[in-house]
Amino acid sequence: MHVDGTEKKWVILSFLMAFAMMGILTAYAINYNIRPPSNVETVDSNALHLTKEFAEDNLGLKVLADGTVTVTMVAARYGFYPQNLKVPSDTSIKFRLASADVLHGVHTAGTNMNTMVVPGYVSELTTTFPHVGKFPMFCNEYCGLGHDYMWSRLIVVPKDQFTLPAPQGGAQ
Amino acid sequence: MEARMAASESRLPLANIWIAFITFALAAFMGLYQVAERSGLFPKIEIIELYFRSVSSHGVIMGYVLTTFFIMGFGYWVASSSLKIPLWGGKKLGWLGFLISLGGTAMAAIMLFTGKASIMYTFYPPLKANPLFYIGAAFLVVGSWVWCLQMVMTMNVWKKQNPGVPVPLSMYGMTANAILWFITSLGVSSEVLFQLIPWSLGWIDTIDVGLARTLFSWTLHAIVYFWLIPAYIAFYTLVPKAAGGKLFSDEFSRISILMLLVFSLPIGMHHLYVDPFQSAGWKFVHMIGTFMVAVPTLITGFTVIASMEVAGRLRGGKGLFGWIKALNWSNPMVLAGGLSLLMLTVGGWGGVVNASYSMDVAVHNTQWITGHFHLIFAGTTVIMYFAIAYYMWPSLTGKPLFSKKMALAQLWLWFIGMLILTLPWHILGLIGQPRRIGVPPYSAEFTAPWEPYLILMFTGGVILFFSALLLIINLLFSHLKRKSSERPVMEYAQALHPSLKMPTLLNGFGFWTAVIAVYMVASYGYPILQFFLMETHGTFPWSI
Ligand code: HEM
Ligand SMILES: [Cu+2]
Ligand SMILES: [Cu+2]
Repeated sequence: MHVDGTEKKWVILSFLMAFAMMGILTAYAINYNIRPPSNVETVDSNALHLTKEFAEDNLGLKVLADGTVTVTMVAARYGFYPQNLKVPSDTSIKFRLASADVLHGVHTAGTNMNTMVVPGYVSELTTTFPHVGKFPMFCNEYCGLGHDYMWSRLIVVPKDQFTLPAPQGGAQ
Repeated sequence: MEARMAASESRLPLANIWIAFITFALAAFMGLYQVAERSGLFPKIEIIELYFRSVSSHGVIMGYVLTTFFIMGFGYWVASSSLKIPLWGGKKLGWLGFLISLGGTAMAAIMLFTGKASIMYTFYPPLKANPLFYIGAAFLVVGSWVWCLQMVMTMNVWKKQNPGVPVPLSMYGMTANAILWFITSLGVSSEVLFQLIPWSLGWIDTIDVGLARTLFSWTLHAIVYFWLIPAYIAFYTLVPKAAGGKLFSDEFSRISILMLLVFSLPIGMHHLYVDPFQSAGWKFVHMIGTFMVAVPTLITGFTVIASMEVAGRLRGGKGLFGWIKALNWSNPMVLAGGLSLLMLTVGGWGGVVNASYSMDVAVHNTQWITGHFHLIFAGTTVIMYFAIAYYMWPSLTGKPLFSKKMALAQLWLWFIGMLILTLPWHILGLIGQPRRIGVPPYSAEFTAPWEPYLILMFTGGVILFFSALLLIINLLFSHLKRKSSERPVMEYAQALHPSLKMPTLLNGFGFWTAVIAVYMVASYGYPILQFFLMETHGTFPWSI
């Protein structure tokens, strides 16, 4: 077997580059606890209205007993409910989403709020919006002929102009 | 005698390749319609039902039909021209596989064209298509398994007849690809056979969407290496030959093919980075595995560039970069090799972004993704399919190429069109445009910045369509020409240091298949098993 000197160096360098990238990603994952939305939790998408959490009158922003700011949303053809959502800036917000029908995805352009919404499962992600303004929440997975129409608005209000609702008694 | 044999051996590969390119031309026309629709310039053609019908058909044809048939055709021709023995199982078996795949394709195509399967090439449940669509897709895959078997067995027969002799590199790579395809297609096949077909026929009421998506992800990553390996085979064995040089290293070419085989299979969960139902730990494991695939890609880059340098210097090129100028850029294979590497370099950076889950959340399912895979797949990979077709055509058809100038123009136009199509798409993705949309009625405050990029996209699409036409015209006119007196043989590059003996591990696949099996169980075992351990809620079918 013939191995050229330069080639050998390049192979070693290739491995080192791959290891360096893995190292950087691992360091960030551990130090800043960066991980993608990865909730393993089931829900019966055929009967969301029977669940307490995703029933229609329980959607939107609330503060839990432990002080967590939570937004509960339902994705259904063709919209995200509630359709106009106001949240405070610079506040850690936990989103919980369920689909009432098919596969959807939600992406707020310009932020890292991006998750699939899969029937049968609850999607959960926690994020903070540092920038004030109006943002779109686009459905980013083809969900049927009305897919183009599926979007909602997110309005990020300066934290000091936002009054959070009173914490709820342990609902979730 | 040899010419007569070549003529009879060439029918099966030719049939496969013509199916690939005829359907490609159709799908390129759909691509043209799609960019026109989305540009907003032609309100009359903005018919959403037609648009999604078109994207679904375009995706299925480009992703599954063009690729599978082209690769089967190329594989059959490599097997007979490099090993020079009859196919294991005979040509009849090859035709049987071809007909199964073709029948399945026709079935799926009828459903797609009549709007009964407008659910995209990923056919994610619970959107449901007509059952014939899934059944057709299953036949396409099953037919290709016949090809896999013939590749593996023909190589084995040759090895028995030539003990201790290294398998020609082109065939070694092709067999690796057959094994890769067989293993990677098991994921989607299980989804289609055990979930989608019974569910779409109403035999079962509900299916678990999480399980379906996990099985699909099994296939979705390595399938891109099934598409890409033929391009690598051309990089190793055809580009150096066309450039008038030698392959820099036979051994390292085999090592990178083997690394692709082993590393690319068990990492598909990077397609589920932002899905619920799989935990962050498994996503992390698959992310780390994904970066291993960078290694064989980097080694390939080195081997190809070094081989081209050898050729350039043999042609009298001097100095650090002089050899580049000395290369024969008016040879279609050399030109395509260069353009393909350029697109791979640009697209590779995009791939690193997608593979890092921290950055992926900013681009997941945006137009960036469509830009990325048109650049790497429709660009890097498919431009090599064109060059391979031009290269094989004289030996396959027994007739010289109709026009070399037209071939060169076609390759340049494909490259330029692809950049004009995909670079704006990357930007659109970064500023938030989702993929898979027609002309959405979002508020103008969000869509106004998109407009200039949409016009660029349309321009790129027009150039690409024109290039696709040139390809078909050239291949067709060559084929229709009168027979020439002599049928040239298909030639492959020799290694700079030809090996008389090859380490067993670099001359077979038994050991590597076992390694893959273990790695596959380790990385997909629990993520699949979990759906049977927890109580899940199935989902009923929905129409579009
Ligand atoms: C004539 C050249 C081409 C044009 C103008 C074109 C254009 C398009 C457009 C506009 C879309 C829809 C993108 C979206 O919804 O985000 C699309 C999707 C797609 N294209 Fe192409 N394309 C071309 C060639 C190719 C080639 C050569 C391939 C691969 C071999 C390819 C593979 C795909 C696939 C797999 C999809 C489906 C994407 C999805 O379902 O999200 N295209 N193409
Ligand atoms: Cu949607
Ligand atoms: Cu992948």
